Amino acid sequence: MNDYEIIVIGGGPAGLAAAIEAHKQGAGRILVLERDRELGGILSQCIHNGFGLHIFKEELTGPEYAERFIRELESLGIEYRLDTMVLELREDRSLDIISARHGFETLRARAVVLAMGCRERPRGSINIPGTRPAGILTAGAAQRYVNMEGYMVGKRVVILGSGDIGLIMARRMTLEGAQVLAVAEILPYSGGLTRNIVQCLDDYQIPLYLSHTVVNIEGRDRVESVTIAKVDAQRRPIPGTELRYLCDTLLLSVGLIPENELSKAAGLRLDPVTAGPVVNESMETSAEGIFACGNVVQVHDLVDWVTEEARRAGRSAARYTQGRLRSGAPALTTRAGSGVRYVVPQGIRVENLEQNVDLMLRVTEPRHDQWLVARSDGRIVHRAKKAHLTPGEMESLRIPAGKLEGLTGELTLCLEEVEK
Amino acid sequence: MFDIIIIGGGIIGSLIGRELSRYRLKTLLVEKAGDLADGSTKANSAIVHAGFDAEPGSLKARFNVAGNLLYDQLCTELSVPFKRIGSLVLAFSEAELPALRALKQRGERNGVPGLELLSGEEARRREPNLSLEVVEALSAPTGGIVGPWELAVAAAENAMDNGMELMLDTEVTAIERTGQSYRVTAGGKSLETRLVINCAGLCSDRIHNLVAAPAFRIIYRRGEYFVLDRGEGNFVNQVIFQCPSERGKGVLISPTVHGNLIVGPNAEPVPDPDRRETTLAGLAEVRQAASRSAGTIAFNAVITSFAGLRATPDTHDFIIAEAKDAPGFIDVAGIESPGLTSAPAIAVHVAGLVRERLGPLEPRPDFNPSRRPMIHFAHLSRSEKAAWIRKDPRFGRMVCRCESVTEGEVVDAIHRNAGATTVDGVKRRVRPGMGRCQGGFCGPRVVEILARELGVPLTAIRKDGPDSLLLTGATKGVREAVHA
Amino acid sequence: MKRDLICIVCPTGCHIALESDPEAPKGFRITGCTCKRGQEYAIKEVTAPTRMLTSTVRIVGARLPRLPVRTRSDIPKERLGECMALINELTERSPVAMGQVLIKDLLGTGVDLIASRSL
Repeated sequence: MNDYEIIVIGGGPAGLAAAIEAHKQGAGRILVLERDRELGGILSQCIHNGFGLHIFKEELTGPEYAERFIRELESLGIEYRLDTMVLELREDRSLDIISARHGFETLRARAVVLAMGCRERPRGSINIPGTRPAGILTAGAAQRYVNMEGYMVGKRVVILGSGDIGLIMARRMTLEGAQVLAVAEILPYSGGLTRNIVQCLDDYQIPLYLSHTVVNIEGRDRVESVTIAKVDAQRRPIPGTELRYLCDTLLLSVGLIPENELSKAAGLRLDPVTAGPVVNESMETSAEGIFACGNVVQVHDLVDWVTEEARRAGRSAARYTQGRLRSGAPALTTRAGSGVRYVVPQGIRVENLEQNVDLMLRVTEPRHDQWLVARSDGRIVHRAKKAHLTPGEMESLRIPAGKLEGLTGELTLCLEEVEK
Repeated sequence: MFDIIIIGGGIIGSLIGRELSRYRLKTLLVEKAGDLADGSTKANSAIVHAGFDAEPGSLKARFNVAGNLLYDQLCTELSVPFKRIGSLVLAFSEAELPALRALKQRGERNGVPGLELLSGEEARRREPNLSLEVVEALSAPTGGIVGPWELAVAAAENAMDNGMELMLDTEVTAIERTGQSYRVTAGGKSLETRLVINCAGLCSDRIHNLVAAPAFRIIYRRGEYFVLDRGEGNFVNQVIFQCPSERGKGVLISPTVHGNLIVGPNAEPVPDPDRRETTLAGLAEVRQAASRSAGTIAFNAVITSFAGLRATPDTHDFIIAEAKDAPGFIDVAGIESPGLTSAPAIAVHVAGLVRERLGPLEPRPDFNPSRRPMIHFAHLSRSEKAAWIRKDPRFGRMVCRCESVTEGEVVDAIHRNAGATTVDGVKRRVRPGMGRCQGGFCGPRVVEILARELGVPLTAIRKDGPDSLLLTGATKGVREAVHA
Repeated sequence: MKRDLICIVCPTGCHIALESDPEAPKGFRITGCTCKRGQEYAIKEVTAPTRMLTSTVRIVGARLPRLPVRTRSDIPKERLGECMALINELTERSPVAMGQVLIKDLLGTGVDLIASRSL
């Protein structure tokens, strides 16, 4: 039978949590579709620890975190398919899938949850000049080779990008016997968790060059050198500041983008800043009955928040199929104000809130001692004091539903100085 | 003893090989790189020119116009994407109008059909994204776009289906005249042949000089390009050129046959044929120049950039003739733009030169001009998709998410004649790695499939060239100490 | 002695300042922590630093050739290299259960090496 109550696209942490939660809410037939050969998503290759501090009050590795959810999914008897790719999703919640085992199929669902995660930005999209030899890959691709397939991707490494994936791979490559010569970061601050600077770079004396980028790659068949240079305030390389490293590998950790192929093709409205689908308080997209959660909506730093967001989506998808979700366009839309880069969800239907709404956001630059303020029509609706804010760490503001009663129009989130 | 050895597996060598495979000739194509289309053929604008640009009376003009006419049939037979979308040349000021009109006249003298001058408004009506600065445009409806490396690979595959032999990783180091024939030393082998055809592109002067007195020199001119995401593929509908000025030919903006947008090239002389890198200055120059044609090109949607070298002859025209002091040694050299367009016509002409040397050529009775059609899973109907997966479950496994390429297509690309043996070879033939993730998702899968199909360990798989191994070894096997 | 460091106990990453003071409890004056674990970390970091070690080991008979592993808790930082060398010698045989002890009491540290997943 090709009809399901809820189909979840993606069997990583987001998809797993959404499916489990939907099941617990009493939804009917649920199916999880996963393109890889096993469930777990990106967590399978994240063998480092730091996962689950909030959800499980323990510090787990990626695979451990994933396995807990995989076991729960299997114990609940929730159906899933591996090695299966969704070719197309349509607004009517029908989708075309292919797999070697079952061939081409068209499935239908009353609700769909998008949980496809994100992909890495490649060299080409940041226009690094130079040759195009072997030895240039994204940090995540290298991570997969090293941690799952068991292959080394190089011996002398330069890393561009100080986001968590770059920092984690600096340590990982070193522990597997490679020499990591430097990490360059174009911004004047690191995009990763501060703890990773300590335990991935400082511990191994790997230098971090802030305000630097790669300006040349040499090598015909394989990388032979990578040149980095300092950049000015407009992020343009400053001549004379070049540092040339003889190496055989360049790992790129220069940004993550939600996997939005299916979302775009389905005609969902995308947020131009997050590049993920616009969602409301129930994690529902611009298409009724299509929900989204996890990195496909906004790139997260902690999987714990992915799980929370996915549970919200799963719960909403179940309620939707049970007719318990109030439909319609949100009366309240969120807006990123001064100091804020984006806010998720982009719309709030107060009537669907259970107790509060968690606004997830990122700031535009590092700041200290700020009020994170939500204003409607100029009036403060809610605010919280934040000591340290940085773009590399997602923030949240929990607003009690009661404070949003009767509000319409825009709810603007911004940063304001704390008066001394 | 071979009848013909073709040196160089680019678009010229491949199409000549195919043309000659119509006849009962023992033909060998030698290529120094690990794959076909390694030189200029894999890094160019991919344009099939209408033919207004070349100097009337030149070989460029003659072969451009003749070659253009052959593209529809050729690409249908070889199952290669080709679209005759037409082209526009833009003039941005009154001062450029004489040059535009001169192009039209030249085109008419060359025999180019359908040339028409359009007003700026009409140009913008057809192409809403063009700049308001455009005052007039020359429309050349016979211009088109093609997949150049696909065409070279397809031609070689078809030639091999029809009996041609191919040796890759085989560099020619010496050529000796021995009586009525030639001894070619290549890849450590000694090969005897009646005729030699020099299609060595960037190296064609060096190859010529191995056996004849220097007669021409190849100058290397590099051009850099941007490739934009398929979402930008309909930013323009035709190939958009700029009017040549004292500044040069200008840069073009064009859709590609795969739905991307290509922007470029500039032209910079470089000292040797290994200078294929992109540069900050070059890319900036292209971006500047292109914005004249259209100010809203979405450069934030760039997915990759590359550089290619033109094999510019110091004689300023194609060199397609037997070497004066080496009978039976035929140069097909200096094939810069409009070389791609001219290639099919050049091939026919060279077959004629071969006929002049060897006498009447006996046609191969079982010559098949068509190669087995390429399967583009993404373009199949639902029922066709279902049928293919039932036939071969590997079509049910998606390898490249961005371009929707299945394992079945990758396996096919490896096992055809002139099949892929490297990651870039797979990319060239069936596209994984050409999409917006640039190989991030498909890379490991392609490596795995190549290793399995070729029966070699993953650590032996190369990206492209002989020293381009991707994986340096297994983990847990390294001796270096950890410095914690 | 005086040291500034960033706490790595949790993702907050408090900026901590330590100064040795024989009069102060535990011999150090500590500022900047927002929790007790951070205080403990700071002292440990300057007296006997430890780290969690995560890595992979060879595994045969499984769907993948590598099994992710970790130390059950933190081990002395200066012994990481030795531990890695020992881990690199291991070859496990499938099936392995998540949490299964692969090496008991790693190099006398009192800490076990366990599997991070079932494989």
